[in-house]
Amino acid sequence: MFKILKYSFYDLIRSRWTYIYCGFYLLFTLSLLWLSNDLSKVVISLMNVVLLLCPLIATMFGVMYYYNSREFTELLLAQPVRRTSIFLGQYLGVAGSLSASWVIGVGVPFALYGVFGSEQAGNFAMLLFTGVVLSFVFSAIAFFIALKNENRIKGFGLAILAWLFFAVIYDGLLLLSLSLLTEYPLEKFSLIASLLNPIDLSRILILLKLDVSALMGFTGAVFRKFLGTGFGMAIAFGVLMLWVAMPVWSIKRVAGRKDF
Amino acid sequence: MFRWIFVSTLSLAGQAGLLANTLQVCKSCPVSSIREAIQMARPCDTIFVEKGIYAEGNILIDKELMLIGRDKPVLDGEGKTEIVTIAANHVHFEGFVIKNVGISYSQDRAGIRVKEVSDFYVKNNRVENAFFGIYLQHAKNGTIEGNEVVGEAVNETSSGNAIHLWYCDNVLILNNITHGHRDGIYLEFVNFSTIQGNHSERNVRYGLHFMFSNDDIYRGNTFLDNGAGVAVMYSRRIGMFSNVFQKNWGPAAYGLLLKEIHDSKIEGNTFQENTVGIFAETSNRIVYTKNNFIQNGWALKISGGCQQNNLIANNFLGNSFDLAVHSAGTDNLFDGNFWSDYAGYDLDHDGIGDVPHRPMKLFSYVVSNTPESLVLLRSLFVDILNLSEKVSPIFTPENVVDNKPLLAESN
Repeated sequence: MFKILKYSFYDLIRSRWTYIYCGFYLLFTLSLLWLSNDLSKVVISLMNVVLLLCPLIATMFGVMYYYNSREFTELLLAQPVRRTSIFLGQYLGVAGSLSASWVIGVGVPFALYGVFGSEQAGNFAMLLFTGVVLSFVFSAIAFFIALKNENRIKGFGLAILAWLFFAVIYDGLLLLSLSLLTEYPLEKFSLIASLLNPIDLSRILILLKLDVSALMGFTGAVFRKFLGTGFGMAIAFGVLMLWVAMPVWSIKRVAGRKDF
Repeated sequence: MFRWIFVSTLSLAGQAGLLANTLQVCKSCPVSSIREAIQMARPCDTIFVEKGIYAEGNILIDKELMLIGRDKPVLDGEGKTEIVTIAANHVHFEGFVIKNVGISYSQDRAGIRVKEVSDFYVKNNRVENAFFGIYLQHAKNGTIEGNEVVGEAVNETSSGNAIHLWYCDNVLILNNITHGHRDGIYLEFVNFSTIQGNHSERNVRYGLHFMFSNDDIYRGNTFLDNGAGVAVMYSRRIGMFSNVFQKNWGPAAYGLLLKEIHDSKIEGNTFQENTVGIFAETSNRIVYTKNNFIQNGWALKISGGCQQNNLIANNFLGNSFDLAVHSAGTDNLFDGNFWSDYAGYDLDHDGIGDVPHRPMKLFSYVVSNTPESLVLLRSLFVDILNLSEKVSPIFTPENVVDNKPLLAESN
């Protein structure tokens, strides 16, 4: 598995797209830092970016990579290598290279501006962490969808739809149900509902760092009480890990059964 | 011969008495009790109290005296009584530590009570563990300066106010520090008074509380981490200048709560990191100008029945919500402010944006109807909603608009 991971990783590291992706973050972060020169403001703008771009790029990249390396995969399948290690290796290669691009692209400019040791270090660590987790989650989902669908167009469409669902539609449905059920006590419902979406969960973890003032209000108190404690944080991180583990496990299962 | 000397010294002493005497109180002095010293003293005398602990129960100052503590002598009430009562005009009371008043549910016991007098001066005292700290009733033309009132209040019912004014006129409250009481400074029926340079922190209810008080000014105070910063209720013509309201956090916490207050001016204040910066209810003809709202949950919440308020030349920087206005059809004015999320342009470079700004977002409206939807703050869906509402307002009041948004912070 590690050999395949290594191949995929090196393959991707050499790929033009990885460089473009990494270069984009590098340029974007640098220009933000250069324009505002205020670490905290840049962290806030990047937090909005991470929730949108990381999942989107991970989804696209995951599907694209799977379909593009299909011939290589078939070649590998002919060899005495375990299926799970082929697919997991490839998946980890994609997720790893995406995360590396993200961490380098954002981390280097911040390190140059001296984020370590500043009071923004905690927020920055949270930013990097959510970026990495979202990359892992969404490339896994993309891989799973690609494995399920031989048809490339359909696969792409479904992957984009999955991203759209988690990024936009889910929130819309949640807002709709909240406003329809407004007579009922909804704090717990909204809390659980937001745990079920990795993007929402990451967003709330970030909110707890940024919009503390708003969350101190009556309704926010529920979230703060839950997620502000060590226990709540542990659950939030646990659920995020689950969001990585679940698609990976599905990949393993589907890959084991699939007829090539 | 001896008799003559005796008589002459007596008469000299008499004359000196007219010019004001000084008395000294200490544990080893001829006079070792403050009560005794007050009894012996004549009007206009000065009593110096040296270092030590004096547990004398209630000390009543019923003459025109100057009491000065040297090296912070301690007046200990031992949890049983009110400690100092000032019941004469022209009293100067300075430099004491007043301790352990004791909670009473039947009387408002105070560390220092100023009762029905004028021209008092209470300065540089420290009141610890008191029910009420400094209590002024029917007092006028006096100054409370540089005192520190520190309590350990846990809830509203079992604690009193640090500095409490009731039916007072023309009082100056200057540079005091209040901690851990119900209200930091409480004013009821207090007119023509100035509250300046005080620091209220961690009080259970409000940092500063006005009730039925008119024509007062508070300026340059700091209100930090109180239940709510300042509450101004049922008052008129209050000037609020250059104060700092910070970190007033909680389910019902406001930097500044305005309730039925009219004809007032709020200028040059800073509201930072409060759950709600200003919450205004049925408050009319108020001018908000040159204030800074920085990183609050809601910078400004204006509920129904607020009319003719002018919001001009303020800075809104990085608040989760800039404005929540509850009712439509109000004739409030929101012109010439700086909004950090303004996205317009300025083609003629006059510093004023060419596109009007709508500070009230759709999501702000949604949250006020369905508070739980706060969980969707900063989500992409909400951004899209806000954008579509901005293009064609349907839900948010149409007249909540800044026609001359600034492009740079005003100062």
